[in-house]
Amino acid sequence: MINYILHLADNALIYGHRLSEWCGHGPILEVDMALSNIALDNIGAARSLYQYAATIEGNGKTEDSYPYQRDVREFKNVLLVEMPNGDFADTIARSLFFDAYQFLFYTALQKSSDKQLASIAEKSLKEVTYHLRFSKEWTIRMGDGTEESKQKIQHAINELWSYTGEMFDASDVEKQMIETGIAPDIASLKPMWEQIISDTLEEATLSFPIQMQGAWFQKGGKTGVHTEYMGFLLAEMQYLQKSYPGLEW
Amino acid sequence: MITKETILNYLEEVFDPEVPVLTIQDLGIVRDVIIHSDQKVEVVITPTYSGCPAMNTISTNIKFELIGRGIQQVIVTEVLSPAWTTDWMTETGKQKLKEYGIAPPQYTTKNNPSETEVVVPCPQCNSTHTQLLSQFGSTSCKALYKCMDCLEPFDYFKCH
Repeated sequence: MINYILHLADNALIYGHRLSEWCGHGPILEVDMALSNIALDNIGAARSLYQYAATIEGNGKTEDSYPYQRDVREFKNVLLVEMPNGDFADTIARSLFFDAYQFLFYTALQKSSDKQLASIAEKSLKEVTYHLRFSKEWTIRMGDGTEESKQKIQHAINELWSYTGEMFDASDVEKQMIETGIAPDIASLKPMWEQIISDTLEEATLSFPIQMQGAWFQKGGKTGVHTEYMGFLLAEMQYLQKSYPGLEW
Repeated sequence: MITKETILNYLEEVFDPEVPVLTIQDLGIVRDVIIHSDQKVEVVITPTYSGCPAMNTISTNIKFELIGRGIQQVIVTEVLSPAWTTDWMTETGKQKLKEYGIAPPQYTTKNNPSETEVVVPCPQCNSTHTQLLSQFGSTSCKALYKCMDCLEPFDYFKCH
């Protein structure tokens, strides 16, 4: 159970952390604020999940123990969310893929047999609805924009495609949770997810990376085998607690 | 003998740190007050948005207010479900928002139309000739609009 909650929390935290790197660097003020807002919602969801994990584990754990006191291999987020921000198109492609997933996932998680997870899902779903609208709109705007923006977003979609399969590929921890009715069956979300993506790409006059269908997907994050980017991300995120262990505001 | 009503009255003095014209009751985030048999007072609140940084401050302010009023033991607990909605915002709260220059939620979550059909009147000049600039504003709960008549940009407290 705790490993499942941490996997969900890690997804939200690492995604939120990546988006927060845009704070102060957005291409325009409104986008800067939007990305920071979305980052905040995700970090907020991660906090609720880490708090829940800490309550279950006890042992003096707090919501801060998990983000700051674990090393790379102990993080169980999908590889997609740790991908670097790249340019704005890379960020939006990653957001489109992950927001659409979170939208479907939280919708289904509301029916979890675990009450606390169901309420976190209910709360987060309202927020993810805005996130998905934002990433869809920007995908459409770039695809249907200039030659350059179109080429960039198409490139980003194709490049990140191989990281999308992992979201629907259940780990042993997830399989156990699916059996007990705590977790939704993520594989069953895939057709709906592909529908959201292909509808958006069509409206954006972009092409669905069809050549990638049935192709090999990158995976590993769910079992702690991360990309080289993850260590750098943690080095920055955990810097303060590693330099001054136990420091509080 | 402390009663729930007394505590609710005291809580009228606790304001939202981000939108200081609103009390936490105007916002609808106080879900319950429980007086325990040992006279411990429990205030149950629900966060507006998951990452809202105001929640910690609100929780501290509730404790300050009640302890200042002589309540010995105060605990503040958070519930997530049912998820907070602007439907719980009071009519006085909406009026205060407008006077403060923030357009209050125009709909309930049940009858909130699609984004293109949403009409938000300008809190300055009441014109309905306004335009959405961004779904995300200066805080999680607000969107950014501008008025096409008086040309003022303004915040809209999103229907959520």
